[in-house]
Amino acid sequence: MPEGPAPAPVIQRLRVRYAKRGRLRFTSHRDISRAVERAVRRAGIPVAFSGGFTPHPKISYAGAAATGVASEAEYLEIGLTETRDPARVQADLDAALPPGLDIVDVVPAGPGRTGDAQARPAALADRLEASQWRIRLDGVAHDAAAAAVAAFMAAESIEVERLTKKGRRRFDVRAAVSTCELDRRAAEAADAPCAILRMVVRHSTPAVRPDDILTGLRQVADLAPPSPPLVTRLAQGPLDAATGGLADPLDPDRETGLPIGDDAGPAGGARPRPGDPASADAVSA
Amino acid sequence: MPVESLFPRLEPLLPSVQKPIQYVGGELNSQVKEWDGADVRWALMYPDAYEVGLPNQGVQILYEILNERDGVLAERTYSVWPDMEAVMREHGIPQFTVDAHRPVAAFDVFGVSFSTELGYTNLLTALDLAGIPLEAADRTDEHPIVVAGGHAAFNPEPIADFVDAAVLGDGEEIALAITEVVREWKGEGSPGGRDELLMRLAASGGVYVPRFYDVTYLPDGRIQRVAPNRPGVPWRIEKHTVMDLDQWPYPKKPLVPLAETVHERFSVEIFRGCTRGCRFCQAGMITRPVRERSITTIGDMVEQGLKESGFQEVGLLSLSSADHSEIGDVAKGLADRYEGTNTSLSLPSTRVDAFNITLANEFSRGGRRSGLTFAPEGGSERMRKVINKMVTEDDLIRTVTTAYENGWRQVKLYFMCGLPTEEDEDVLAIAGMAKRVIQAGREATGRKDIRCTVSIGGFVPKPHTPFQWAAQCDHETVDRRLKALKDELRGDKEYGRAIGLRYHDGQPSIIEGLLSRGDRRVGKVIRAVWEDGGRFDGWSEHFSYERWTACAEKALAGEPVDLDWYTVRERDEVEVLPWDHLDAGLDREWLWQDWQDAVDETEVEDCRWTPCYDCGVCPTMGTEIQIGPTGRKLLPLSVV
Repeated sequence: MPEGPAPAPVIQRLRVRYAKRGRLRFTSHRDISRAVERAVRRAGIPVAFSGGFTPHPKISYAGAAATGVASEAEYLEIGLTETRDPARVQADLDAALPPGLDIVDVVPAGPGRTGDAQARPAALADRLEASQWRIRLDGVAHDAAAAAVAAFMAAESIEVERLTKKGRRRFDVRAAVSTCELDRRAAEAADAPCAILRMVVRHSTPAVRPDDILTGLRQVADLAPPSPPLVTRLAQGPLDAATGGLADPLDPDRETGLPIGDDAGPAGGARPRPGDPASADAVSA
Repeated sequence: MPVESLFPRLEPLLPSVQKPIQYVGGELNSQVKEWDGADVRWALMYPDAYEVGLPNQGVQILYEILNERDGVLAERTYSVWPDMEAVMREHGIPQFTVDAHRPVAAFDVFGVSFSTELGYTNLLTALDLAGIPLEAADRTDEHPIVVAGGHAAFNPEPIADFVDAAVLGDGEEIALAITEVVREWKGEGSPGGRDELLMRLAASGGVYVPRFYDVTYLPDGRIQRVAPNRPGVPWRIEKHTVMDLDQWPYPKKPLVPLAETVHERFSVEIFRGCTRGCRFCQAGMITRPVRERSITTIGDMVEQGLKESGFQEVGLLSLSSADHSEIGDVAKGLADRYEGTNTSLSLPSTRVDAFNITLANEFSRGGRRSGLTFAPEGGSERMRKVINKMVTEDDLIRTVTTAYENGWRQVKLYFMCGLPTEEDEDVLAIAGMAKRVIQAGREATGRKDIRCTVSIGGFVPKPHTPFQWAAQCDHETVDRRLKALKDELRGDKEYGRAIGLRYHDGQPSIIEGLLSRGDRRVGKVIRAVWEDGGRFDGWSEHFSYERWTACAEKALAGEPVDLDWYTVRERDEVEVLPWDHLDAGLDREWLWQDWQDAVDETEVEDCRWTPCYDCGVCPTMGTEIQIGPTGRKLLPLSVV
């Protein structure tokens, strides 16, 4: 039985924030991982591979927005066999991906909690405590949406039912929602009558998804949008208990990341902040 | 006038359908050209689901070639799943292209590529959703010209009522020629409307326009004559053959889908045509002569295709890839170039000889040696003589022994059931062969974990082959023989557990047979099946034999012919076949003689290595065999 040489070790770990926009919101997680693998090859990025008979590129994903949901803040981590300038990787990878899958930020993973640079860095997934969502409900009047949100936030708990992988489950959706408000200005600026919700939802088990919250809104206030909602994840990150907002999950890496030459890392000024909708309307095709 | 994108209307509906990504387009290397900047606009369709249709080489090649031309625009469309069809009907959304979501009916030409006849009902769905009348006769100047291509178009008679035209053979040059005819006609202000455009296409001799031919029948149902019904239309329509494949190195920029598809790789056709002469093989008969791509063009195409796509796998395609005159150097050169890059190379390996193992070893350097595939096609020596698959059982055993010795653990064997002259014992011989394979593997390796999978397809007689006259085997007989084979394998204590058996029941083959050798009267059956809800007949979960038989009975009620007449009936030499006016270059007398040789169990050699045996193709078509060796080698790639 032939055996190949041992795979080259990981020299650098890069943490990547990417967006799925427009019509590419209909990609599934598997579609994205195939697209990223191919883009990495096209861009000539020296990705590390696992050993064994069927080597896999070392790319790991922290959660994933559901098929049909757009996102400004998805995260993956990629292991390289050589050190690369993160800004260059950002540009090359973005150019190699189809428009709509866009690289927003690339940061070298900081050292682990022990401070030992060789140790595996702290898991990015642990920092993704909550998501900020924007839900656009076409054909829903502001007042009806406002009443529904008020009823929702006033409730102590709202049990909804959903079919999960483990079968039909009932769970509370209210507790996971730390903030929920209407974005009146954005709705007024939109091309058609609509209500736009913004909310911060803690990641929990079972996951409370935007459609669960819409189910909750229907239960407490009969809010029934006439067409499917357009859902966009605006940010993910550590939840600031005081403000109810989200911090940038890559900030700890930026603070402790090892310098890689003079032009290392994206300059702070151009960096998108969490919660910024990076595109004017992330859900238009 | 600009044509508006249907996407804004489609988008809100996508969350409610399965795998919406298949409808959004946006694939890497896809392109959207300005509608108004194009004189001639093609909608290209592969009439199956996106996951099957997107990798199709024919569509990708034409898409690229047409879009490369100034003033020409090509977009793609695929069959929508039934859930999407229901949504589109409910909301009045017509069949659209995935590139710019333009309505198919707005294009000048609607080109549909048929690899298999089982896509015919899907053509009707697409036409109907597009708002194009199903019958060509009902179309007006407002509608696109519907053109069929692909291997099934070598007998387009069953869909003659539904298409305006059909094209035989290689599509590269004729697609451009059709484009020029349409461009000129439109430039003149579309004189004479649709009829004149079709007439100009027909008069060129390279495009078959069924409406310009009348078919008359004898009282017993056989065809009396197929003849042009107006002056200026040729009696015979010839197939197209692209010579010098190095001049046509497509696809250059392969489409890379976001959705998962059946082939996730970059495919390079290393040659076209095959003269092995397997008598069941329509592809081998209608694509003659052999035309190789040179080793250096193959190397360049692989390099560029990988760079443009990011694919991790390369497939070297052809009808018998190990037969390329420089396949050894191609394999070694590519394996050297891509060693250590996690790029895998694959070769559909069907040749049963030790050389194949050498190639497979080259392609699996440092990787897992899991399975090798061979296609003896017939279980008994006699059967293989009938079908001209010149492989002895000892050849096969020698080959698999070498394979097992080289670390391969699993062998897959392909066979057919229902071949002409087949008896029960010919099928049972498959069991004996499989057992010998396992025995040889165990002896060669001293191991017990040797596996062999036997995969069996039902034989369907195809037009333009020596078996075009043969009676198709009825499905009851096929099923009975397969069951006997299964029992024989199951009951074997020593080898049974090491041999896997895969097969389908015989009914779908009968319907494929009806559509393959049918004439224009079969169109009524197709339409009836479609109206009754028939869709995606190539998918076992959608195919309904009962629906086809019931509709055939109803639709053919007033005719002297029926399903059996089209399928299990043997034809004699003088019978006019529905495709006799469509010229694949094969001399009819030679085909008949080859059919007689088949019955006599007489084999014929490959004309690449023996003198010409006058199949007729080269002189009729003005073509010649194009093979190497060129003597060139693949040099290492400069560092990327």
